Amino acid sequence: MSQLFHLGEGCQDTRTQDANGSILSVEGLVVEFHTSRGVVRAVDGVSWSVRAGETLALVGESGCGKSVSALAVMRLLAKPAGRIAAGRIMFQGQDLLTLSEAEMRERRGRDIAMIFQEPMTSLNPVLTIGMQLAEPLKIHMGMNNDEVRVRSIELLSLVGIADAEHRLAQYPHHFSGGMRQRVMIAIGLACNPRLIIADEPTTALDVTIQAQILELMKDLSRRLGITLVLITHNLGIVARYADRVAVMYAGRIAEEGPAARVFGEPRHPYTVGLLRSVPRLDRPRGGTLETIEGAPPNMLKPPSGCRFAPRCRWRQDICATDPALRQVGPDQSSACHFAENMPPAAQPLSDYALVPPNAGGTLVEVNGLTKHFPMRLGGFFGGFTTVRAAQDVSFRIARGETLGLVGESGCGKTTVGRVVLQLEKATGGQILFDGEDLATVSSQRMKALRTRIQVIFQDPYSSLNPRMTVGGTITEPLRKRLGFTAPAAQIRVDELLDQVGLLREMGERYPHQLSGGQRQRVGIARALAMEPDFIVCDEPVSALDVSIQGQIVNLLAELQGRLGIAYLFIAHDLAVVRHLSHRIVVMYLGRVMEAADRDALYADPLHPYTQALLDAAPIPDPEVELRRTPRALTGELPSPLSPPQGCVFHTRCPLADAQCRSIIPPLREIRPGHMAACLKI
Amino acid sequence: MLRYLSRRVALMVPTLFGVALLTFIMLRVVPGDVVEVKLRADGGHVTEEILQRERTRLGLDKPLPTQFVDWMAGLVTLDLGNSMWTGRPVVEEIGVRIGLTVQVAFMAAVISVLIAIPLGTISALFRDTWVDYVVRVFTIAGLAVPSFWLGMIIILMLLTVFNWSPPVTYTPFLESPLQNMSQLIWPALAVGYRYAAVVARMVRSSIIEVMREDYIRTARAKGVFERMVVGRHAMRNALLPAVTIIGLEFAFLIGGLVVTEQVFNLNGIGRLFVEAISRNDFILIQALVMLLAAVFVTMNLLVDLLYGVLDPRVRHA
Repeated sequence: MSQLFHLGEGCQDTRTQDANGSILSVEGLVVEFHTSRGVVRAVDGVSWSVRAGETLALVGESGCGKSVSALAVMRLLAKPAGRIAAGRIMFQGQDLLTLSEAEMRERRGRDIAMIFQEPMTSLNPVLTIGMQLAEPLKIHMGMNNDEVRVRSIELLSLVGIADAEHRLAQYPHHFSGGMRQRVMIAIGLACNPRLIIADEPTTALDVTIQAQILELMKDLSRRLGITLVLITHNLGIVARYADRVAVMYAGRIAEEGPAARVFGEPRHPYTVGLLRSVPRLDRPRGGTLETIEGAPPNMLKPPSGCRFAPRCRWRQDICATDPALRQVGPDQSSACHFAENMPPAAQPLSDYALVPPNAGGTLVEVNGLTKHFPMRLGGFFGGFTTVRAAQDVSFRIARGETLGLVGESGCGKTTVGRVVLQLEKATGGQILFDGEDLATVSSQRMKALRTRIQVIFQDPYSSLNPRMTVGGTITEPLRKRLGFTAPAAQIRVDELLDQVGLLREMGERYPHQLSGGQRQRVGIARALAMEPDFIVCDEPVSALDVSIQGQIVNLLAELQGRLGIAYLFIAHDLAVVRHLSHRIVVMYLGRVMEAADRDALYADPLHPYTQALLDAAPIPDPEVELRRTPRALTGELPSPLSPPQGCVFHTRCPLADAQCRSIIPPLREIRPGHMAACLKI
Repeated sequence: MLRYLSRRVALMVPTLFGVALLTFIMLRVVPGDVVEVKLRADGGHVTEEILQRERTRLGLDKPLPTQFVDWMAGLVTLDLGNSMWTGRPVVEEIGVRIGLTVQVAFMAAVISVLIAIPLGTISALFRDTWVDYVVRVFTIAGLAVPSFWLGMIIILMLLTVFNWSPPVTYTPFLESPLQNMSQLIWPALAVGYRYAAVVARMVRSSIIEVMREDYIRTARAKGVFERMVVGRHAMRNALLPAVTIIGLEFAFLIGGLVVTEQVFNLNGIGRLFVEAISRNDFILIQALVMLLAAVFVTMNLLVDLLYGVLDPRVRHA
């Protein structure tokens, strides 16, 4: 053991970089997973490298192999299914794959640290934060308890956790998601690693918290000279934080190069497609989003030749042969036969405008909606407290119009949606649907109204019955609610499948045989079956990959144009909301902060919270990001159990003063049609 | 904490009352009583008059509600009454036998848990290898084999292979520990096998589940030694569901002893139970059922309290 330790020490001293200055380079990596249905090559001959002090982003959609290649670097692939079949992983001049397990363990956490996606489950729930932080310090640095304590407090302070001494004795469940991710970063930093691999570190977090965490990581990596490998699907994050980008598709690298060049002059049609399919906050709102048709290939039998060819709009005969990754510009390489003549990333703007809301008048009117949930306090004799999930929320939606409802988790947007659907009874206020008060109509009448109000849920995986075929799912309400005969229902199902862009044969399939995007289309078809006037869309695209997200957004816009349906579009992604909505309501901790027409809100946000939200959302363009100085909102999202007194936003507001702490600001009309709840405007 | 505890103890009362009521009714709906068994067994001529006199003496002629109230009043004042067969106080009848049963139960529990936890863990860590298969066959057998049969096999094996049989007369532990253990270890093994099997299977499946958790990956990414990944990170979490099973199965263990004591010819609670039932000794049966119910409910409470110790999320909730 002591001999091994010496060996480790030796390597530490000869911290070398290879000829082109890379601290880590992955060369020809092949990772295979043995599944019951065959061998999946999740990573197929991938090479990438990162220079010391640089930030490399691995970008791609789910299943493209980006996380797997990072786990391979740590040699933490799930055993025994995952296996590194070929390749080298050179770290500081040494091939990690040739090390023994004991030598590799010594490097984990000391030279290379990893931060994972799920802050809620990545920390051990039964061990204190202090214990979990102490482990690497004791194992790798041989510190004694006093040294560990001093260093732990230092680390927690470094990642911005106040009252560090006291918090060491606490357990993970005492921390919010953002705070847990800070703890994960502190653990990663513990032994002064040379390299940190962060696998989707902010995907599970709210926008303003995401900005805090990423700013922290960037700042620390610059200050401490740590090399960063950032794995993400969010192009905005890449543009804001990465020096280099490697775009992955179906287990291979599609394109690699400096961030500015990959975004500015992409050399692979997949990159172009990705960049075009996200709506952008800094550009005038385009018409239909240009999307990548289809879905990523099944990795059990990937297409021969170029793997992107089946979805590529510029496909030629030659694409049946495998394009090698080759140098296509200074420091930039691409795996496309036509890399040299690639169209620009900028989306050609069509002059299509959002369908103007028809003048049919108000369809849904919500007045002073309030929803309180009783919530049990701890202990058996503990009393009840009230969660004010929504307080005095009012808005109107005209026929054929979309109202966007935006906010971070716990802001009450989903509650408002559920109350409008009458899945929850309102505590106070009034919901008028086509002039009828939903709270007072007879149950008979409500039944009839229900067919006109439909819903699309966030999670396309859990919102379809796994034991019913797609056809069955759509037929059920047709037969039971609208009294269709079986043949009539079949005709209608085919019609609906056409409408949402699914093949008619899909009606025979079960949900698990469909992709996420296809399932969401089924969800939409089910909602459309009732020929509703109004659909509540609760985060309908947030569980989907970027290229699929664009397809669904387009479908929703198209259906509205054709059928004149009104939407209540609940989401946290400001760019998507902007793309679809006519009017937008911004909520925070159960209250409306701002409400305005789309263009007014995005061009000139009045409320400091709206401004912070827009600021926190990164824009997928490194040049734009360079000019922006992101002001990350400080502080935590307060618990909805005990919202702050006065203005709920005052704890994080840059403008707040004593007045804000005592007075609840009313929603005032600041400009015609533009309302905001702030005393300081 | 104290408030929680007092509330939980208070909640035990209605549970036990339910058990009492149910037992009482079930005993009385079955035809026959102790008097018939006792007097008819003597053979000869028993007149209806003698039967009635005996029933009156034992209070069996009173209306059922009155009998129930009498029994309840006795329970509250901790007077469990006298056995209808021997006439001796129930407390005495149970008292002389309970030590043996408790000892066997404890030995069985300790041996089982000590075997089951490492066995389940090893099985999980070497999942789908021959080690795992051996453990799984061993545990499945534990579920399938009845304890009395295993008991007989043990006795036969000791006799035929080692030509030795366990001492027949009971020796208290303090008198001669070795003698005592050499007698009681065998029934403990016979009833403990099933217990060990159940616990080992639970430990195996919960370790497998926990080893897939994100925090295990985090621990490995920190460079924690694999034995600490298992010992500190996985075990603490995996033992939570195992504790529930250990607690609840302990109560079943006593049930298993009812038959096994017969096999090993031990004069314990189990045997007393069988005798009481065959003699329709209502008072004794009721007392024994209440005793078992109390053990069951207490084990449940202990499990919940232990949960609070092991899981900080429960502690702070």
